[in-house]
Amino acid sequence: MLLLQGIAWIFAPANWASVNSGLGIGGEILSHLFYTVLSVAIAAVVAVPIGLAIGHTGRGRGGAILIGNVVRAFPTLGLLAILLILLGFGLIPTLVVFVLLGIPPLLAGAYAGVESVDRQTVDAARAMGMTEWQILMKVELPLAAPLLLGGLRSSTLQIIATVALVSEFGSDSLGAFIISGAATQDYVEMIGGSILVTVLALLADALLAGAQRLTVPRGVPRGAGGRTTAGGRRILTAPSGAPISEGN
Amino acid sequence: MDWVWTHLDLISSETLAHIGLSVPPIVIGFLVSIPLGYWASRSAVARSVLLTIGNVLYTIPALALVVLVPVVLGLSLLNPGNVVVALTLYAVAIMVRSAADAFASVSADVRQSATALGYSAAQRFFRVELPLAGPVLLAGIRVVSVSTISLVTIGALVGIPSLGSFFTDGFQRAFLLEAAVGFVLVLVLAAVFDVLLTVLGRVLLPWNRGLRPTAAARRVIAQQLPPIGAR
Repeated sequence: MLLLQGIAWIFAPANWASVNSGLGIGGEILSHLFYTVLSVAIAAVVAVPIGLAIGHTGRGRGGAILIGNVVRAFPTLGLLAILLILLGFGLIPTLVVFVLLGIPPLLAGAYAGVESVDRQTVDAARAMGMTEWQILMKVELPLAAPLLLGGLRSSTLQIIATVALVSEFGSDSLGAFIISGAATQDYVEMIGGSILVTVLALLADALLAGAQRLTVPRGVPRGAGGRTTAGGRRILTAPSGAPISEGN
Repeated sequence: MDWVWTHLDLISSETLAHIGLSVPPIVIGFLVSIPLGYWASRSAVARSVLLTIGNVLYTIPALALVVLVPVVLGLSLLNPGNVVVALTLYAVAIMVRSAADAFASVSADVRQSATALGYSAAQRFFRVELPLAGPVLLAGIRVVSVSTISLVTIGALVGIPSLGSFFTDGFQRAFLLEAAVGFVLVLVLAAVFDVLLTVLGRVLLPWNRGLRPTAAARRVIAQQLPPIGAR
């Protein structure tokens, strides 16, 4: 059974040291995580403030949706190939692609989160004399947190999946085992690599789903983000791709 | 541009291969999602179970799914059919949610009126609910179509030819034109499929013409799936 052989391949100590004279499993995992964490962090630094500003002011929403839709139509593999040919091979061009792909879901999560805050709540805060900055930081941001993290979740998964492709272009990631396995027809290596990529994605998703649940402020009903309220009014479901409360 | 003229044969064969790998997931995904989506719109438990399975599937990166699907199903690896099966799973994962929203958008009053008029369950489904769900279903299948056409390129990494082969080959030879030709053709294919689906929608849903998209259709369109290609 190939699946079992793939699992055995993962647990073979020799494969953690080196596979095909490249990095071993441990090294590829670290490299995969390095690209992912760095890209998600940069994407968040760029996208979250812009998304919060769009959500708070209501301006520029059309532009954000347009950017999201345009980027979504691009084949990721083609984007990687073209930018690496143009900018040259290296850490920076590779990161540029990941960050570019990570921005739209974060942007959407941020503005959708702020937009989902009840306007009456915001007006009440304003009537109490809060400044716009206080409203954003003390009212909108905490209430937007679950959807914002939904955007982070979707962005992270997108980047994890894209990082796996970069092994085709000579960088290190868990995709290396799938791509080199396909080239040498080593099915066991391919399957082992696929299991590792899948487990990494599912773990990251579960971790961020947990974080998302923890950020629901006290007093807000569970599962309030993107569900139908008691009155039947549907709250804006986060437009980010991956699961917010029940999925994309 | 000489490369394009001397390689027209290759370009057209890769384009045809790409279309051949894209159409079955879109069509099968749509057909499978209709009953599943209808079920999900009728039962909260079914909705939660189906959407959860869809999410887990959608969380698996495409490159891994293309390898794992044949292994789990006991098929041979490196068979072009694997891309089709993997992308059909993605299509269903995306489309079930749209279909559930589509059927949920049919008002309960209309359903009850149909029953009161003596429609059987099947008549009600085909003559009332399916047509009324049409616009939202159309919005959903357009999202699936763009996503599928882009995802087919991933197959190139495991030796399944498509327009994605121009990306890997172009990179290896540091040949920008080749990669760019592949990129543009993927976008053109996605646009052509989108126009075809829109035209099909106009023919099949004549009452929908010229109307602004309903709130449910807009939600499906705006549910910004992650940029496709990788997943």
